[in-house]
Amino acid sequence: MAMIRFTVDGKRVSVEAQPEMPLLYALRGELNLNNPHFGCGLAQCGACTVHVEGEPVRSCVLPVSAVGNKKVTTIAGLGTPDKPHPLQEAYVAEGVPQCGYCINGWVMTAAAALKKNPKASDAELREALAGLKCRCGTHVAIMRAVKRAQSTMV
Amino acid sequence: MDRREFLKTSGALVVSFTVPAADVLAQSGKPPLVPSELDSWIAVLPNGNVQAFFGKMDMGQGLDVAVAQIVAEELDVGFDKVAVFMGDTGSSCNQGGASGSTGVSNGARLLRRAAAEARRVLVERGAEKLKAPVAQLRVEDGTVIGPQGKTTYAELVGGRYFNHKVEWNKQTGNPMDISVPAKPKAPSEYKVVGKPLPRRDVAWKVFGTDEFITEVRVRGMLHARVIRPPRAACKVRSIDESSIKGIRGAQVIREKDFVAVVAPKEWDAVRAAQSLKVDWELLDAPFPPMDQLYEHIRGAKVVKRQDEVKKGDIAAGFNTPGVKVVEAQYEWPFQSHASMGPACAVAEVKNGSCTVWTGSQKPHFVRDGVARLLELPPEKVRAIWVAGPGSYGRNDAGDAALDAAYLSKVTGKPVRVQGMRADGTAWDPKGPACVHRARAALDASGKVVAYEFISKGFSRQHIATNESQPADSLIGQSMGVPPKPTQIFGTPAESYGFENKLLGWETIPQFVEHCSPLRTSHFRDPVGPEIHFGSEQFIDELAQAAGEDPVAFRLRYLTEPRHAAVVKAVAEKSGWSSLGKGKGIAFAERNGTAVAVVAQVEVDRASGRVWARKFWVAHDCGLIINPEILRTTIEGNVVQGLSRTLFEEVRFDRDSVLSVDWASYPILDMGDAPESIEIVLINHPEIAPSGAGEPTIRVIPGAVANAFFNATGVRLRRAPLNPERVKAALLRT
Repeated sequence: MAMIRFTVDGKRVSVEAQPEMPLLYALRGELNLNNPHFGCGLAQCGACTVHVEGEPVRSCVLPVSAVGNKKVTTIAGLGTPDKPHPLQEAYVAEGVPQCGYCINGWVMTAAAALKKNPKASDAELREALAGLKCRCGTHVAIMRAVKRAQSTMV
Repeated sequence: MDRREFLKTSGALVVSFTVPAADVLAQSGKPPLVPSELDSWIAVLPNGNVQAFFGKMDMGQGLDVAVAQIVAEELDVGFDKVAVFMGDTGSSCNQGGASGSTGVSNGARLLRRAAAEARRVLVERGAEKLKAPVAQLRVEDGTVIGPQGKTTYAELVGGRYFNHKVEWNKQTGNPMDISVPAKPKAPSEYKVVGKPLPRRDVAWKVFGTDEFITEVRVRGMLHARVIRPPRAACKVRSIDESSIKGIRGAQVIREKDFVAVVAPKEWDAVRAAQSLKVDWELLDAPFPPMDQLYEHIRGAKVVKRQDEVKKGDIAAGFNTPGVKVVEAQYEWPFQSHASMGPACAVAEVKNGSCTVWTGSQKPHFVRDGVARLLELPPEKVRAIWVAGPGSYGRNDAGDAALDAAYLSKVTGKPVRVQGMRADGTAWDPKGPACVHRARAALDASGKVVAYEFISKGFSRQHIATNESQPADSLIGQSMGVPPKPTQIFGTPAESYGFENKLLGWETIPQFVEHCSPLRTSHFRDPVGPEIHFGSEQFIDELAQAAGEDPVAFRLRYLTEPRHAAVVKAVAEKSGWSSLGKGKGIAFAERNGTAVAVVAQVEVDRASGRVWARKFWVAHDCGLIINPEILRTTIEGNVVQGLSRTLFEEVRFDRDSVLSVDWASYPILDMGDAPESIEIVLINHPEIAPSGAGEPTIRVIPGAVANAFFNATGVRLRRAPLNPERVKAALLRT
């Protein structure tokens, strides 16, 4: 067991855990956060995506010890109903999600991609979102929302 | 207003999430929760807000919004004043849960009558209070207005019960209905129904401000993982409990062949599940080699045959001298629900009652199944539906709910069960693998004089479509309750007016009766994509044999005007006649909804990749309640259907299912998503609404396969059209 300190959505936290425990279990179990989600535990779907120092990572496979003293941002820290991130606003406007369980992967990955490449083409956006899963098949609505957000960001 | 805020602010009638089941059912003065009480359906709060109690639930397609629109319409209150409570057995009657796209057609139909009756009763009471005849009253946003004075719903009944009886048809589940003296509005009067009002569940999902089933936390709960065998096996020989000795608080629970681990911390439960050594009694090669699946189905003995449509004289048609006979067989694999996350449930057994939180789309049946498993009276069990990680039929959620209830009983503590990825992919009930034999005869003029379509495959209900019987759950079967399969399949749904026609099906025995990872049950539009992949390709093959355009050929034979109308609409929208290479059409009907789709695909011969770049859909489900939500529902059908057509196939070897995760059960990726889906909605306000949750998915496979043929000149009669298969097929030509 080790004490690991980091910040989540701007708050300092500390977690006593086995160093190899994935970050996801610290966020959900120790810190009682509602997001992100367990989808596969294998970094294959993205449902557990958070930002670590602004980069999207799959928290279901990242050992909690790897985030010591780092900044973790979840979808709830990306924006709030009062101060939404443009992607969150676009998601609401387009009514994107169906079951919504996959949402962290798409929003957190797209947020990082748009930051890096604000003028990304459709093909570049598709490439940036490759490997994420949505079982309800909302892909077309996701692209609409990402492009809507993009148009408000540049 | 999010769900929690509503609960906090909406007043006395709210059913608390924390009180035990029995208490809820006996809240002071509330009439019993039975369909024949108006109070079971509608409540008016002291502030005039309205609650509707719905015994079905929204799986993410905005059904709750449609229900709120309908209730607001009939009651004459603002849409924003209506909250819909779904899927809690403590507050709603068993309307069948999510089932067969009947949320609006059956579920909301009942709420429409209840709301109309509530309005009638309130206007009558208003007339008494205002001392004016009913005929002189009108209602505006919950205010009853007379010639001299007004009153409100809040004043008339707010915070109190109607205590008013309605006539229940004594049916439970989808057919549940009531009749009332009130007459619902005519469609021409609609102000709220038909409007593109927004979804209510998007904000909390995208801001992470409310709870999925996976976030239900009960004080003192243990985390559990159920251990399913890695290879096909039904019986446990022994368990080495020392294999998890070092894990804090981890404990093995075993009853006959049901095995689980529990621990206070989730990660410890996961580690215990990964470490536990179980010696399973392996079955001896229960499955055929995967590459012989379809030969196996063709040769298997028939358990049940049913000829559902028989018209004219098939034999005479085929025996007519000079006819051209066209024959083909189409094959569809086992498919997995593979919901976005493995199922989760939380249960608390306490003082002889049980509360279970479930993502199952049929919580009332969960209640019944838990009651049977725990040997409790059903009224001592409360099942509460909480939005889960996707549900498209009988997936792994029903199993998780019963697992959690049992584990809570045994441990004496609240228990949260969640599966690992393989539990959602390898161990969910599967859509059935099947073979479709099609045969038709055309006379010299190209007219179809005989048509036969027979499906043969595993029953679509090896286990039932709900979990009300332990026999239909893995836990029940692992404790020795024998499964009681129903033999049922299906036939193409269309109105092609072939004079001599036979549509039928045959079911075959399961590979493994007990606890099979290949047990079959309902998966979105049960057997719809499977059958119409074949039947709608065959229609194209007949059109080709007749030398006719696929659209013109369909229009020549469709007998229902609404069916022909969607085909014409989609042809027009897509510019069918001038559309370039790679186009394909398919049409089908589903319980009153008619849908036609055109797909346009690009095929990369080198990689075998099929990109269905564009879709056009024409959709007629009668009266449209909410066009925007209908559009996104159709889009989801298109894309999920495309995924099932191009990629999805449960893989297995002689003794295990090999599809255990997203790498071994690939689904559609963003790079394969269509560039555009253009939708024509045909509104028929005069026709009662039928379903939209499933009809579109059944036409996607046929349209894509027809488009593939149009692009390449090659017929692919085996799904999925994955790169490997496409490449191999194109190499042969």
